[in-house]
Amino acid sequence: MSLPRYAAGRLLLGLGQVAGITTIVFVLTEALPGDAAVVIAGDHPDPARIAAIRAQLDLDRPAWQRYLDWLTDLIRGDLGVSLISQRPIVDRLADSAGTTLLLAAVTLLVLVPLAIALGMLAARREGGRLDRAVSAVSVALYAVPEFALAILLIAVFGVRLGWLPPTAFGADLLTQPSVLVLPLLVLLTRPICTISRLTRAGMLDALHGEYVRHARRLGITGIRLWLRHALPGALAPVVQQLARTTDWLLGGVIVVEAVFVIPGLGTALVDAVSTRDIPTVQALCVLVAVTTVVVNLAADLVAFRLAPRIGAVR
Amino acid sequence: MIHPPVTASRVSRRGLLGGAAAISAALLTGCGPGDDPAAISAGQPRRGGRLRAAFAGGGVNETLDPHQANLFNEASRAKAMFDKLADYGPDVSIQPRLAERWEPSSDLTRWRITLRPATFHDGKPVRAADVLYSYTRITDPKKAFRAKASLELLDLPNSRAVDGRTLELALKRPFAEFPNALAAFGAYIVPEGADSFERPVGSGPFTFDSWQPGRSLLLKRYDGYWEGAAHLDELEYLISNEESARVNALLAGQVDYAHDITPTTARTHADSGRMTVTRMPNSTMQSFAMKVDRPPFDNRDLREAMFLLTDRQQLVDTVLAGSGQVGNDLFGKGYQYYADDIAQRTRDLDRARFLIDKAGAKGLRITLDTAAVASGFVEAASVFAEQAKQAGLVIETAMGNKDTYWKDILNSGVLASYRSGAMPIETHISQRLLANSTTNATRWARPEFDALYAKAISSADEATRRQAYGDMQRTLHAEGGFLIWGFADFLVATAPGVGGVSTNAPANTLDWARFDRVWLG
Repeated sequence: MSLPRYAAGRLLLGLGQVAGITTIVFVLTEALPGDAAVVIAGDHPDPARIAAIRAQLDLDRPAWQRYLDWLTDLIRGDLGVSLISQRPIVDRLADSAGTTLLLAAVTLLVLVPLAIALGMLAARREGGRLDRAVSAVSVALYAVPEFALAILLIAVFGVRLGWLPPTAFGADLLTQPSVLVLPLLVLLTRPICTISRLTRAGMLDALHGEYVRHARRLGITGIRLWLRHALPGALAPVVQQLARTTDWLLGGVIVVEAVFVIPGLGTALVDAVSTRDIPTVQALCVLVAVTTVVVNLAADLVAFRLAPRIGAVR
Repeated sequence: MIHPPVTASRVSRRGLLGGAAAISAALLTGCGPGDDPAAISAGQPRRGGRLRAAFAGGGVNETLDPHQANLFNEASRAKAMFDKLADYGPDVSIQPRLAERWEPSSDLTRWRITLRPATFHDGKPVRAADVLYSYTRITDPKKAFRAKASLELLDLPNSRAVDGRTLELALKRPFAEFPNALAAFGAYIVPEGADSFERPVGSGPFTFDSWQPGRSLLLKRYDGYWEGAAHLDELEYLISNEESARVNALLAGQVDYAHDITPTTARTHADSGRMTVTRMPNSTMQSFAMKVDRPPFDNRDLREAMFLLTDRQQLVDTVLAGSGQVGNDLFGKGYQYYADDIAQRTRDLDRARFLIDKAGAKGLRITLDTAAVASGFVEAASVFAEQAKQAGLVIETAMGNKDTYWKDILNSGVLASYRSGAMPIETHISQRLLANSTTNATRWARPEFDALYAKAISSADEATRRQAYGDMQRTLHAEGGFLIWGFADFLVATAPGVGGVSTNAPANTLDWARFDRVWLG
């Protein structure tokens, strides 16, 4: 199959996935007990007021009608208006998306070289001291849940020692990069473990593989053998895992956002669900679904380019 | 408010990171023993500086429309930028604000209001026409603003501006407590024609500067404020729904004021010298609501048994970690018209058991509806179930959905966790205890009680009103549906050096979450 044809097919499939996801999300949100009117009324659930809010928000129309209207708008490229702010959702989500994107980009920039280097170091002498140390540390770190690590780091470095800001309250992430250090550590921990382990396994596989042995027979050795011949093949599974990590980061890591006060897409989604702001929930789901499809597509294409011979494209 | 629905649901997200404060606390013990708490007094008022205040909030879709204010931070921002005609004092009595004075007609249906000289941030005077416009907007039948119910008795077509600073408001029926409506939650005065609040213009002590929804709102001092300019140059509101994040940021000096902290945090850091905790007493009524119109609580003896089996001090000590006071099954401790002549009820297990036997309810299983919708609800339910067991009742708690809890318990069930923020006792009665009340969670409906209420609000004589409110409270104390076991303090934490935070203003009153009297030392 040629690359462009493959890409087009994947894109079409992606569109179908996005449509399916939004429908499911709409149905699920509708199925939640209570609607935005009940949530807004809160502990003063005056029935007349709830009815008035419902009418004002157009919630008294049948669900399928609201869904169809929303879908029509979406096809025209309009993500709609929030039930709560009555403002266009795109305007309000732009900052959150920017924050999430920035955090994801910085994390990946540190993650990729570091994790791959670690994996390669560990693979240099299988079962050696370094390999065992890297394995032990990564498995141990992998076992620590993000929120536990976050709380511990804040308590020690943010509050007790005062070395780093414990939160990003009101900070501009670009001009005060110190606020990013602790969140980055938390975001990096688990991916570093998985990616370095995958790199190590991939490298070992590749080094024992037929084509590397052939390269050796041709007299290629050392760094050149590692980087030019073993690494590309080893990276195919790593790229797939990286896609998953990127996806996870771009969806907004709710725990990290909440503890460190970095209002990104995860926070926006939690707020939207708890206020039953269905248009905003829908918009976020479209965003996340599109991201997932695009990231995975990109990963497949990269993997295809890296190692066409081992059939990274499924 | 403290009705804040969204805030309320957020509170439970604390559970997610509940350990955070504890861990920080554990690491902090042993640090700074040399700090003398007395040394952190804020001294004399000082002008200048930017105060950064951390609040929970509504996220990117929050609004600056003061008429839509609902959450704590929205209420605080509304009072920083706007004024009402009147507001609640520390005893929840009505204090004149933009209104200099008011005089009712003898039949209490026409109220003549004189405005004080005040100007909006754009330099225009606050006029009678602005008041009429604001009230028309709030009561718009197509809208659902929060203060609408309070102002619905206004007869706006028959109201008029007498001159720039005088207006006459007509009511649909006589109402002696009309000033309560002027102080209602969200009844702010906006300039005539204002409908978009992306860059709000009000008459409050701070002017709008810049806003990033869900993150930060920066305000600047308004030198022309009618009550005198604020001490602070700037006031910045920052948002986090995690209490631990607000507290950590305060400890690390990233913010100067953390709104709404837990009693546990307060106790942990009380002597650390790194923060000052201010307790605002009588802020949140804590109770269980018994529905009196259905079994088993249609039985008066059983209701009295419930009152008597409750160990109020234990609930305050455990659930509120001591940050509160016991209740006497009456709303509004410390507020105007509160019947403090009624003796405090104490636990009497023998009498409770006797009444339970008399009601034939020994061993009865009763479902208590609760939800993680407010801090302490679930804990209070389990402590209370234990207390009831000692008197021979089996209380089974049922966890409800926190987002829809308040609506769910309005009509269904027999017993539910309940709380309320500050409001005048009259408002509490009219919203919750009359046959036609829209949020009557105890299903209390008595013609003679309604008649007493009608007597109170149609009398211009304060002594008559006080008498009627006293009689109503005696009935409620004897056999009402609200088992009010305590009043929680509202807690805020400030950095050492911050002064002027009011210490006696219950949540929702004027001086609570108010910053124009606050300074940075």
